[in-house]
Amino acid sequence: MEQTAPGPVAAAAAGVEPDYDMDIVKMFFTATVVWGLVGMLVGVIIALQLAWWPANLDLPWTTFGRLRPLHTNAVVFAFGGNVVFTGIYHSTQRLLKTRMFSDVLSRIHFWGWQAVIVLAAVTLPLGMTQSKEYAELIWPIDVLITLVWVVFAVNFFGTLAIRRVKHLYVALWFYMSFVIVIAVLHIVNSLAIPATLFRSYPIYAGLTDALVQWWYGHNAVGFFLTTPFLGLMYYYLPRAAGRPVYSYRLSIIHFWALVFLYIWAGPHHLLFSALPDWVQTLGMVFSIMLLAPSWGGMLNGLLTLKGSWDRVRTDPILKFMVVAVSFYGMSTFEGPMMSIRSVNGLAHFTNWVIGHVHSGALGWVGMISFGMLYWMVPNIWKRELAHPTWATHHFWLATIGIVLYTVSMWAAGLMEGLQWRALNDAGQLANPFFVDITGRLSPFLWLRLLGGTMFLVGTIMMAVNFWQTIRGPEAKVVAATPVAAD
Amino acid sequence: MDDKHSESGKGWGALHRRLLEGKSALFAIGTTVVISIGGLVEIVPLFNASSSLTWERGTWVTPYTPLEVAGRDIYIREGCMVCHSQMIRPMRAEMLRYGEWSRAAEYQYDRPFLLGSRRTGPDLQREGGARPDAWHYEHMKDPRSMSPGSIMPTYPWLLRAKIDPADVTASVVALARVGTPYAATDEAAVTAALEEQGAQIVANLSSTGVTAAWDDEIVALTAYLQRLGKDGKTHLAAQQGGGR
Repeated sequence: MEQTAPGPVAAAAAGVEPDYDMDIVKMFFTATVVWGLVGMLVGVIIALQLAWWPANLDLPWTTFGRLRPLHTNAVVFAFGGNVVFTGIYHSTQRLLKTRMFSDVLSRIHFWGWQAVIVLAAVTLPLGMTQSKEYAELIWPIDVLITLVWVVFAVNFFGTLAIRRVKHLYVALWFYMSFVIVIAVLHIVNSLAIPATLFRSYPIYAGLTDALVQWWYGHNAVGFFLTTPFLGLMYYYLPRAAGRPVYSYRLSIIHFWALVFLYIWAGPHHLLFSALPDWVQTLGMVFSIMLLAPSWGGMLNGLLTLKGSWDRVRTDPILKFMVVAVSFYGMSTFEGPMMSIRSVNGLAHFTNWVIGHVHSGALGWVGMISFGMLYWMVPNIWKRELAHPTWATHHFWLATIGIVLYTVSMWAAGLMEGLQWRALNDAGQLANPFFVDITGRLSPFLWLRLLGGTMFLVGTIMMAVNFWQTIRGPEAKVVAATPVAAD
Repeated sequence: MDDKHSESGKGWGALHRRLLEGKSALFAIGTTVVISIGGLVEIVPLFNASSSLTWERGTWVTPYTPLEVAGRDIYIREGCMVCHSQMIRPMRAEMLRYGEWSRAAEYQYDRPFLLGSRRTGPDLQREGGARPDAWHYEHMKDPRSMSPGSIMPTYPWLLRAKIDPADVTASVVALARVGTPYAATDEAAVTAALEEQGAQIVANLSSTGVTAAWDDEIVALTAYLQRLGKDGKTHLAAQQGGGR
């Protein structure tokens, strides 16, 4: 029956759109582009600092130790968060054929989230931090995040409650898991006793604190940077390709296996620590099992293009999406491999991990986001892109940039991992001075800077393109989805 | 496109559609249950263990002194853990480079934990006592003066900024509230402890011609760095009966 209800064909055929709230989508869209530029720029700056230490500027507010959390928070929660909200507010209304539950809650969500980001951008350079990765923000901001999240959850589930279609499309399952799991993770990991307005101490200590944090940290990757983006994939890839999702049953398996297995994988961040062995082993085993649903999802995405592969050659939107899904497959293979104890022994603490993170963050999250945004602008603003060829240039800049980034980090990571552990014939350290090994990383750090800069330049081109499309006087109305008009 | 999935079908796809996809509340509850299992199985036993099996308790580890707490807060503020781990793995090369591997009990007063995830610089788990106080003073001022080729930023402001005893007291009070055993948490006692330990480091520094005050941030940070891993080092050396 209505398995294609949310699909591209049926929606396009329906023609008449209910009174959707498109302003909120445009607001989140704008925030996405702005914060994306900021977050990636800070990334380039800290990459420069690692290659050339004087770029730390001898000032407290600009040292690597303070800017690195600013970079991660900006790209994950500011860029990643806003892009997900853009997609969720856009697609949820269409999938449920109803306006969002409450325009007021939508706006509180938007402005509350932007307030969190601005507060983060102020407090982190000031050195106000809880130190836990991706959970650095001080406790008053944590409280604000919780309140904003409750508003978002009420609005999202309220919209589900007033929906005009019976069944929930697979994208919504992934959005739902995002709303629920991030709430659970954030609250449990942030429990702390305040000492002052700016400082607090967690209720957990030592390795228990470490395990709670990496349960949070790994699942922030899983449920902030993976499941909502898979939801976006399940909605926007079929729409851009003009075909329904390849397999409905595979999407059921994909969803339940992924959300069940993901949550166990956190302890792979603590292999070889003094955490009990059984916890470490569970983390490793579940990480390896995670390969199956991850690749199931990848295949479901790629096979959706079955029959439209010729369009990938010409359509930059599909280019972005295909590369995104491919990087998703690549990094979800690499991740389980790095969770194997012996591989982890080499990879942990090295630049390899940085490379792995960026193949997922730039390759998967970044590219699927760009694909969605390029699809969205002509559809929402009813205009053609000001510079259609720039989208293809952006695609190649970003793709080559990611390859340079990940390859240089693999090389750097393997090199330092091997040299840290190398012993000479007498059984002594072959490289007794740590700093000697650090010095040899230099060429790779510069290469990484180049790759990251290319990625940023591509994003700047996208922002200019969008700006001129939306604001430009030359904008003209087009009939329907330009990419689907084949 | 290969699936025919209506509610009336017989396959499990139709069952999923019939039972869950039309019922958002049930779907949300199901998701919550499924994602809770892993966390409950892995994390909850550790709380039981820490009270009954004492897997991460050791009487040979003492809480951080007020000055070390202040130093640790500076370490966190500057993001030292972004580049330095505090986790020595039980591997031959790691132990040759850094010392005894890290025991669970050594972290028992660490709130938050500072294991780190990336070694842009070396591990600091057993930094305590490895170098004189003056080394840390000069190293923070200009890392390359002590470690040629280092890519660490300079931290000259640590030599000028002061710790505030009232602020440190607030930290000690909060840490005591979550269970760290401190004998006294009033500001007078905390200030006295700060001055006493700070004076020792100031004396060490002045013997090499460096002038500092007990409430300089660099003194607090040095106190913390010189403390790192020391309890473990002493205890493990004694346990092994003076070496193997």
